[in-house]
Amino acid sequence: MLKLVFRAGISKRAYSAKAVKLTVETYPNLQRGDYGTLEESDLTRFRSILGDSSVFVDDIEGYNEDQMRKYRGQSQVVLKPKTTSQVSEIVKHCNDRKLAICPQGGNTGLVGGSVPVFDEVVVSLSGMSQIRSFDETSGILKVDAGCILESTDQFLAEKGYIFPLDLGAKGSCQIGGNVATNAGGLRLLRYGSLHGSVLGIEAVLPDGTVFDSMHSLRKDNTGYDLKQLFIGSEGTLGIITGVSVLCPARPKAVNVAFLGVESYEAVQDTFSKAKRELSEILSAFEFMDRESQVVNKKFLKAPHPLAEGSDEIPEYPFYILIETSGSNKEHDDAKLEQFLETSMEDGTILDGTVSQDEAQTRTLWAWREGISEASQIEGGVYKYDVSLPLSKLYDLVIAARERLREANLIGETDEYPVVDPVGYGHVGDGNLHLNVCVRRYTKEVEKVLEPFIYEWISQHHGSISAEHGLGFQKKNYVHYSKSDVEIAMMKDLKRHYDPNGILNPYKYI
Amino acid sequence: MSSKIRILVPVKRVIDAALKPRINKTNTGVESKGVKFSMNPFCDIAVEEAVKIKEAHKEAVESIHAVSIGPSKAQDILRTALAKGVDTSTLVDVGEQEIEPLQVSKLLKKVVEQKDSNLVILGKQAIDDDSNQTGQMLAGLLGWPQATNASKVVVEGDFVTVTREVDGGAETIRAKLPLIITTDLRLNEPKFVTLPKMMKAKKKPLEIVKPDAYGVTIEERLEILKVEEPPARSAGVKVSSVDELVSKLQELKAL
Ligand SMILES: Cc1cc2nc3c(=O)[nH]c(=O)nc-3n(C[C@H](O)[C@H](O)[C@H](O)COP(=O)(O)OP(=O)(O)OC[C@H]3O[C@@H](n4cnc5c(N)ncnc54)[C@H](O)[C@@H]3O)c2cc1C
Repeated sequence: MLKLVFRAGISKRAYSAKAVKLTVETYPNLQRGDYGTLEESDLTRFRSILGDSSVFVDDIEGYNEDQMRKYRGQSQVVLKPKTTSQVSEIVKHCNDRKLAICPQGGNTGLVGGSVPVFDEVVVSLSGMSQIRSFDETSGILKVDAGCILESTDQFLAEKGYIFPLDLGAKGSCQIGGNVATNAGGLRLLRYGSLHGSVLGIEAVLPDGTVFDSMHSLRKDNTGYDLKQLFIGSEGTLGIITGVSVLCPARPKAVNVAFLGVESYEAVQDTFSKAKRELSEILSAFEFMDRESQVVNKKFLKAPHPLAEGSDEIPEYPFYILIETSGSNKEHDDAKLEQFLETSMEDGTILDGTVSQDEAQTRTLWAWREGISEASQIEGGVYKYDVSLPLSKLYDLVIAARERLREANLIGETDEYPVVDPVGYGHVGDGNLHLNVCVRRYTKEVEKVLEPFIYEWISQHHGSISAEHGLGFQKKNYVHYSKSDVEIAMMKDLKRHYDPNGILNPYKYI
Repeated sequence: MSSKIRILVPVKRVIDAALKPRINKTNTGVESKGVKFSMNPFCDIAVEEAVKIKEAHKEAVESIHAVSIGPSKAQDILRTALAKGVDTSTLVDVGEQEIEPLQVSKLLKKVVEQKDSNLVILGKQAIDDDSNQTGQMLAGLLGWPQATNASKVVVEGDFVTVTREVDGGAETIRAKLPLIITTDLRLNEPKFVTLPKMMKAKKKPLEIVKPDAYGVTIEERLEILKVEEPPARSAGVKVSSVDELVSKLQELKAL
């Protein structure tokens, strides 16, 4: 009511009215796979499985275009099953007919994995959004894959629990999509990865078989831990229909501090110090360069938290957001206060603020979470989500900026395709997001950035995909992070379970 | 020569405005255990306005004093007020007891007299009980003019011009100090407090007194019989086509 309320995803289509270029036009060398083509008889079959109201052939542009308006497919049909057995029947039919499928969650993915490339059948999980059960003693939550992250977390909040994952797209993304991408998010530092918190998965395999490990226990060492295969498989091994997750108790006391520092070294110093001094209550540590704040200000249209009411963004080159979560407010307040005071005194941080109420907490988070969406308001964004040794993390942004400058692609006026590259991310996890904000997508910019960025990361022993996955964007670059042996095993697995290659083709590996 | 302005800002600690309050098990009030409390948003606006006035009239404004009537934990919001630029503060510690607006006004009257305040800026209401009475009652007890629901405040010498949001437009009124102003949402947008100011605020005075120090005994006049949720809205229906929508509306006799 009082402050701006930030929600990612809502303004998806608000900016550029320009039509998104078809992926096959952007990449003319792409070949359609040897798949069947959709016929009237297929639609009849789908309608008999799902009922007429869950088969969509009109107004389906939104399912063909990705969130960054970078990729566009040409699917003719979107299916919205309501039950696992419906998913199984659809997939079985597609497998028999060799029709390719693109599984889709909230379509917030950032690597072009969630939209079709050619005419794949879109199977959207948004019709499966029931909470199946919640055990208030163990914290084990079982949900349909299509449950929206934010509403699921609100459900848990009522029970005193929290979903162990949080990210900027929470208002639109689905638990199934989160698991399929092994999303990392803002609190990985605290709650670890989904590989740890997901206890069970229900998924439909490419031949229609239902894989069900929903009853798994916290501890269960009986054979290969098969569910792990689906976590981060991006819809290439099975369609996830149900997820069982272990949810921690919701912290009662949450504080958010937003700080300005003078260098990337100071970001690292503050992080080491925060780990030492805030230790068990530290739940998020995010950094942002000043450029990212400039871009975000155009999007949020509000004064910057450290601007003291002025319309300028203060000149600190880097900003940090620290969140603490605990069970005892007085204890946490005292600890944070002590940490901030000594950091101000010894000069590690130059300025900062601490949220005084929930509205301020949300506003401070918006200055971090809004960057993702803000990055594309001028037209588009090239996104790189990488893991690197902490000390090298920001050098990649500097290298990219330098290279774009040399190619004379960055400028303030419309003739330059690039607005600015911005860097931010989950320092706590050694994860950088490099967003190259552009006015339009062009081959020129892409050629300057790729494979340069991937090579740079490989030389510095990083990963070319920290948390967003491979999708369409990084399919051809896996070898920068994985060995031949690893890639061969992945391909074997895919071939074994999906011999016809119908699940999410043209992507991943 | 115009007189010096001594501003008093009463502030209240309430359940955080962004949280959904829940009714307690006995249906006698709102559950307050394990819930985040913050400064009432209208009080936050009042503090911001007082500080703005002081910044704009450094010569004329002698001091800003904040007072909170509430539990000992209300010290937190007084520290926040001090960090925002208030000079001194008092907590009238009434423990966990809920205090009615008339009692609050009586205590505030004593504080006004003690601090010799001539301008009181306070929220038009607290978001927990939504009474919207304290400012008005205080004006009555003191016999001062009042400008409620202010969306703009301009100080010129001894005179203050206040724009009020009223149904269908704005009303501009002018009064001579002393004066009571209650704040509306659009008066200003409170800023974040920076760390150096928070650190300085720790050294600013915060005195804690009991209500009997003012010779006021708190007597409640109202008894809460029951607190209940508004009736739940029945779930909506999703339609998949315009035809279905039209037929549903016809069924409901809405068309
Ligand atoms: C503003 C914003 C912030 C973000 N922040 C983060 C972040 O901090 N950390 C992070 O890791 N990611 C982040 N992301 C990207 C993240 O990967 C997605 O938001 C989310 O995890 C994907 O969920 P979704 O339901 O939208 O899946 P989609 O985008 O629909 O799909 C993503 C991939 O998963 C597959 N898939 C989806 N559902 C299923 C299913 N049920 N079964 C099988 N496969 C499926 C799709 O085929 C696709 O390959 C962000 C995205 C946005 C827009």
